[in-house]
Amino acid sequence: MSSSPNLDVRDVARLARMELTDAEAEIFQSQLGHVLEYVEQLASLDLTGVEPTAHAHPVYNVFREDIPLPGLPREAALANAPHSANNLVVVTKVIE
Amino acid sequence: MTDLTSLSVSELQAGFRRGDFTPTDALRALESRINQNDPSIGAYLSRDFDTALAAAEKADISLPLGGVPIGIKDAINVQGESCTCASKILAGYKSPYDATVIAKLRAAGAIPFGRLNMDEFAMGSSTENSAWQITRNPWDTSRIPGGSSGGSAAAVAAREAFVALGSDTGGSIRQPAALCGVVGLKPSYGRVSRYGLVAFASSLDQIGPIARSTRDCAAILNAIAGKDPRDSTSLDIPAEDFTARLGRDLKGIKLGIPKEYFVDGMDPRVRAKVEDAIRLCGSLGAELVEVSLPHTSFAVGVYYIIATAEASANLARFDGVRYGHRAAAPKDLLDHYMRSREEGFGNEVKRRIILGTYVLSSGYYDAYYLRAQKVRTLIRRDFTAAFEKVDAIVCPTSPDPAFRIGERVNDPLRMYLADIFTIATNLAGLCGISVPCGFVDEEGHRLPVGLQFLGKPLDETSLLGIADAFEQAGGREVLDARV
Repeated sequence: MSSSPNLDVRDVARLARMELTDAEAEIFQSQLGHVLEYVEQLASLDLTGVEPTAHAHPVYNVFREDIPLPGLPREAALANAPHSANNLVVVTKVIE
Repeated sequence: MTDLTSLSVSELQAGFRRGDFTPTDALRALESRINQNDPSIGAYLSRDFDTALAAAEKADISLPLGGVPIGIKDAINVQGESCTCASKILAGYKSPYDATVIAKLRAAGAIPFGRLNMDEFAMGSSTENSAWQITRNPWDTSRIPGGSSGGSAAAVAAREAFVALGSDTGGSIRQPAALCGVVGLKPSYGRVSRYGLVAFASSLDQIGPIARSTRDCAAILNAIAGKDPRDSTSLDIPAEDFTARLGRDLKGIKLGIPKEYFVDGMDPRVRAKVEDAIRLCGSLGAELVEVSLPHTSFAVGVYYIIATAEASANLARFDGVRYGHRAAAPKDLLDHYMRSREEGFGNEVKRRIILGTYVLSSGYYDAYYLRAQKVRTLIRRDFTAAFEKVDAIVCPTSPDPAFRIGERVNDPLRMYLADIFTIATNLAGLCGISVPCGFVDEEGHRLPVGLQFLGKPLDETSLLGIADAFEQAGGREVLDARV
């Protein structure tokens, strides 16, 4: 089976919002190329009429009564934030 | 006094009830053993004996697990303790709540006391992907303990824990249990709540115990199983006593031997041990039946598409906003995300996020992700057909004994193939257990070999009965040996 020339790890990493160093990009390109070559074996199966399985047991949306239950206290929810002030999470500027 | 640290959970509880020693004695014995031994093993990332000893003083030993200390994989939230998934991106994170399994263990009287090392975000088969430290196999400290729950298995084997929780997405409980010579149970998908387990691949992850006996695994499962409104995939089924079929033989049990699980390339000594163990099952009364699981060779490929796809979605939450590492002085929001994730994630996690993002991306979804889901259907059907003929399947847990630290770190594909016998279980939602079945000798060290039993979905009671029968006849040599 062919290798996967279409995989550009830098491009995909950018989709995943992840910077890569040059060294990482080079080695991942080669390692993931081998993995994709390996999974090409799946192309040898005839899957006509086979339904996909997303879950080991069929699962459906589960609803409950719309009754408020206690959540995390504010201090607990903010305790792990890298930057917080005035009971809010401080984020990097989104709008110029 | 006997060395408390070598006791199983059931022996420990018998001692509590006789008044031979107390939960406080048990914790102090563990603390001393860990302080003396863990520098050479590296199983623990942290432990909190002050909190645990306070709980032990008030322990109610009449509860099902009253006063039993339990080590916890670093992917499971315990309120007030760190929970890093062995990742730099979660350095300093303190859990604001208990996972459901922890709340249930506490209600049963158990005492969580320490955080166990793992492959970062449970991605790996050797625990070498931890951002913090290497964990060593207690049987030969130049070798890996398996993974991803390597800290949990090593701690139990090294008498640094009586029992521990791990999680299993593609073999992460059973493979390290096999390589460390202990018992590891992966419950059926939906049996145990995943609430508070940091998600890797949500359709495959399950929490389960690693212990020194099948009986102990059953006791822990009794405590942690059940429907949880906070995990919509946990199943609403009647409670049962998972110890109900312990202490029996194998008469009337049909065990399937899948011919595809005895492949070229597996260690011939492992193969011989497993074949001996299967013959022993026969002499204990089991009827041995050859079965076929024709799509076995596709399981690793299917797994590395589905698991990475789910991981790439699950790990999108690590954005450096509400928790976790945030890069210093980002120039804009994109830079904030890109550098926070670059700095926080290790290599294996990055590789899998890239692979998972790729197989889900426009133009490749059908060729990879959808195709893998269809082959997953074929793998499930293989098991459904086999279970029409047999009560359980018996096979090796791992094709090799523990390999050397560093041997496979630069060859991800070879590392992935270490999970070849465990992965299909998760894809099909089955339950599985690894029980030691002997040693192979390697350069002056004895290395444990694991025998794996696979059960029908939600048939843990039968599975545990079968595993216990084997353990009593053929598993105690390893379990009773001291590393």
